[in-house]
Amino acid sequence: MTTVLEARDLSVDYKIGREWLNVLSHISLSLNADEIHGLVGESGSGKTTLGLALMRYLDANARIAGGQILLDGDDLAPRTPAQMRPIWGSKLAYVPQNPLAALNPSYTVGEQIAEIPRQHHHMNRADAARRAVEMLRRVKIADPEVVASRYPHQLSGGMRQRVAIAMALVTQPRLLILDEPTTALDVTTQAIILDLFRELIHEHDAAALYVSHDLATIAQLCERVTVLYAGEVVESALVRELYQRPLHPYTIGLLASRPSAHNTAVGNETRLPVIPGVAPSLSERSTACAFAPRCPLAIEVCRTHKPPLEIVEGGRAVRCHRWREVAAGTVNPLALTPNPSPSGRGESDSGQKSLSPVVGEGESVLTLIPPLPMERGLGGEVAIGLSGEILHATALSKDFREGGLIARLTGRARAVHAVDAVSLYVNRQSTLGLVGESGSGKTTLARLIVGLESSDAGGITLMGIDIPQPLDARPPSALAQLRMVIQNPNEALNPYQTIGYGIGRAVHKAMPSLKPYEVRDRVLWLLDSVRLPASLIERLPSELSGGEKQRVSIARAFAAQPALILLDEPTSSLDVSVQAVILNLLKDLRAERGASYLLISHDLDVVSYLAEWIIVMYLGQMVEEGTSAHVTGFPSHPYTEALVSAVPSADPDAPRRRIRLEGDVPSARDLPTGCRFHTRCPRYLGDICKTHEPPVRDAGDGHKIRCHIPIEELTRLQAGSAS
Amino acid sequence: MRAISNLMLRLLRTLLQRPLTFIGMILTVMFVLMALLGPLVAPYPFDDFIRDTAGKVVKRVPPSAEFLFGTDKLGRDIYSRVLWGARDIIGLAGLATALSVTLGTMIGLALGYRGGWVDEVVSRLFDSLLSIPAMVLALAALATLGASPGAIVAVIVLLYTPIVTRVIRSAALGLRGAGYVEIARLRGESTAYILFREILPGILPALAVEAALRFSYAIFLTASLGFLGLGVQPPSPDWGRMVYEARLDYARAPWGLWFPAGAIALLVISVNLTADGLRRIFRYEGSVI
Repeated sequence: MTTVLEARDLSVDYKIGREWLNVLSHISLSLNADEIHGLVGESGSGKTTLGLALMRYLDANARIAGGQILLDGDDLAPRTPAQMRPIWGSKLAYVPQNPLAALNPSYTVGEQIAEIPRQHHHMNRADAARRAVEMLRRVKIADPEVVASRYPHQLSGGMRQRVAIAMALVTQPRLLILDEPTTALDVTTQAIILDLFRELIHEHDAAALYVSHDLATIAQLCERVTVLYAGEVVESALVRELYQRPLHPYTIGLLASRPSAHNTAVGNETRLPVIPGVAPSLSERSTACAFAPRCPLAIEVCRTHKPPLEIVEGGRAVRCHRWREVAAGTVNPLALTPNPSPSGRGESDSGQKSLSPVVGEGESVLTLIPPLPMERGLGGEVAIGLSGEILHATALSKDFREGGLIARLTGRARAVHAVDAVSLYVNRQSTLGLVGESGSGKTTLARLIVGLESSDAGGITLMGIDIPQPLDARPPSALAQLRMVIQNPNEALNPYQTIGYGIGRAVHKAMPSLKPYEVRDRVLWLLDSVRLPASLIERLPSELSGGEKQRVSIARAFAAQPALILLDEPTSSLDVSVQAVILNLLKDLRAERGASYLLISHDLDVVSYLAEWIIVMYLGQMVEEGTSAHVTGFPSHPYTEALVSAVPSADPDAPRRRIRLEGDVPSARDLPTGCRFHTRCPRYLGDICKTHEPPVRDAGDGHKIRCHIPIEELTRLQAGSAS
Repeated sequence: MRAISNLMLRLLRTLLQRPLTFIGMILTVMFVLMALLGPLVAPYPFDDFIRDTAGKVVKRVPPSAEFLFGTDKLGRDIYSRVLWGARDIIGLAGLATALSVTLGTMIGLALGYRGGWVDEVVSRLFDSLLSIPAMVLALAALATLGASPGAIVAVIVLLYTPIVTRVIRSAALGLRGAGYVEIARLRGESTAYILFREILPGILPALAVEAALRFSYAIFLTASLGFLGLGVQPPSPDWGRMVYEARLDYARAPWGLWFPAGAIALLVISVNLTADGLRRIFRYEGSVI
């Protein structure tokens, strides 16, 4: 095994204002040929900076403060950008997270790939063009000649990422840095891209560093993994060892905070273990153990002395004063994690200890302000029982018309079929999950329900009463029942309004008769119920972390005591440890406040953690629906099966079902005939799938599957492929 | 409110790091003071033919301690006329800017947020209005309306409202789909609330830059109209008209041209520096535009 690149004691500083702040401190790392090395850490841990620093590619406000970067024994640290230029792109290559930003929109992808060997190997134009096509074939693009003549915007996300990989590999680099290259892709596409990485890197005998926040993809892809926390290596080991026997309390917390099959199986009442507090900012980094303030195992020495990075065994390293006790099993950080009780007090990512300064110790604001009376029907309707239906949508359909005024007048506007006759219902205090790839219509369906779009056909019943589709036509009593939490917390809060104003306005709108001080009390109570301190009331969104903003967004959604909250990817822009806090919170609030959720997520683990019922959508249709345990545990429809098998597992030894969906989701403008899934179906039967729309079969208990294959047959096929 | 005071603080800090913007702002403020207080400090009335002790009109006196900017061919004090003239040009241009920015903001917000066919029709109408050269339109309008201060303001408002509308419309269009706007709609907020409380604060930076820019163009346009004889009518001192008159007398009294022309140039440059500085400050903040 040859070492391609080795970082020795590498430190990097950033200049912020007039000060140099340490970003990476004493990092040692070796990257070997024919090996994918995972680099995992939360936002702000310095993982992207490390990826770039290893290429000696740093911004003008960054400097290498010490250490060496040895590429085949040759130190890159003292080199200037001009001296690096022959190495970049030939020996060192980079695959970015967003290939659209990295590809030049004004050149065809063929020209862009060919440019690299022309530059580095002085290849002539014709040879380089041939080489570009050859590379596109290597990354398994079906028509490489055709694709080479396309521009980046004409390709799908998965195709662009393949092009970026082709560009990175065209010069046979010694080392590839992959910076979250699949984060922006659908799981099905991600699975294919990961397969491709695995294959190509071994084929090229290159070394690779895979930077990611996602422990599961690293478990599936990498041989070795390094965990970064606050700019330091806290643990480094072979993937299997690390996942089976993590030694650092941070790694242990990170692995445990991910929703997965084993913590959902227990039922509704499970909660995710969380890591309390937040990572220190650049200026707060201490000379003691960086993780000590959040560590359940922290003892006196942890707060005064930085632990050394100790070599354990077989190249394994850990930075913790108490790793020996962890290894011996005499202490368990998860058992000591503060307060895993359903009330969740003190569980916070804000780092503040005292949450409610208005009241005394042990007395929560919650007890001082009575919740609103629970009955809520429209127009004085008496509340329905606990198991009653909150919302029922019948055969909702939506087409979008494309083109401007003239196209519409001449009838040449084309219809995009976003949602096609989907029915659903949501029970009180329960969660309905909507899953599907991008373009499946799940977001449009949810927007139809809350009223941000109006449907072409179908109706919505809210608590037994039909409600009109356009938002303007809905009575205030209906408006108050539907709320939304969106994916990006930065977009959810108006940057020019204080937290107190934002939540207060939502309270005022729902209960106009409240006096200002009553509104204020209720805002405080809402902040407290999402475990945020009252002091935030005066803050602006820009002063809050992502997790805090998302909790403000949730608090605001609960201001009106709504019957149903649409959660649109509520955790996908958050770090894993923050995600756990939010998921726990959502579960608690559902129980405390009697709300129901409509949850959209691409992350099946998140959906199955929160949702009792799941609807799988493909090209605007429901293809399968059933209980969460059924759909994720025993998926029957070939599409669901592929979706579930594409989800990477955080257990490197988990049996892998390898069903890969080739190609992209067909356009919703020209829907495939017959079964919409037939173009990609791994269980394609024959002409019947092309010509006839499949029936919706009922597998009992409301579990429905839209497929030509009988249910017994599907179950049998399923069992066969699992082994 | 805190957002605004934060913004002001940041603005102040950034100003100190940008001397050119700072100078531009100070000069602009000085010109505005001049418009307000000029007539009080002017040594002579603007239309007085000054006579010496012998009773003879003092024509074409070069700049001196007594006549700071000299006198013109009719024996009027140029310094006093420049001071008096600031009121007209800044007043007219300022009023016209304020009106077109207010009108343009209202129309732009409504079009950008509502969209649909009204937006299509009004936007195309404004585009066609913008395709006519400004000066041609202004000359045609003033020739028919007659050159009065009211007509000048009306013409500038007609010319600049579409431009402001276009800028504000595109900024509002960008915020229409913002998460917090959709959430406000779900709460059942009125359109007026959404426009003024949710969207407007986000486009204030764009608005400030646009207002400063329009102001500098309006000054230039007012001066140009004065030069062409369509501005404020004599004997009122109008910088543009003063330049026109002094041009004919340039060989004998060049200072008559220097000072009003210099005043126009300095005012336009100061306002431009301010506008440019504002744009950079807000772009650096990177929040909305």
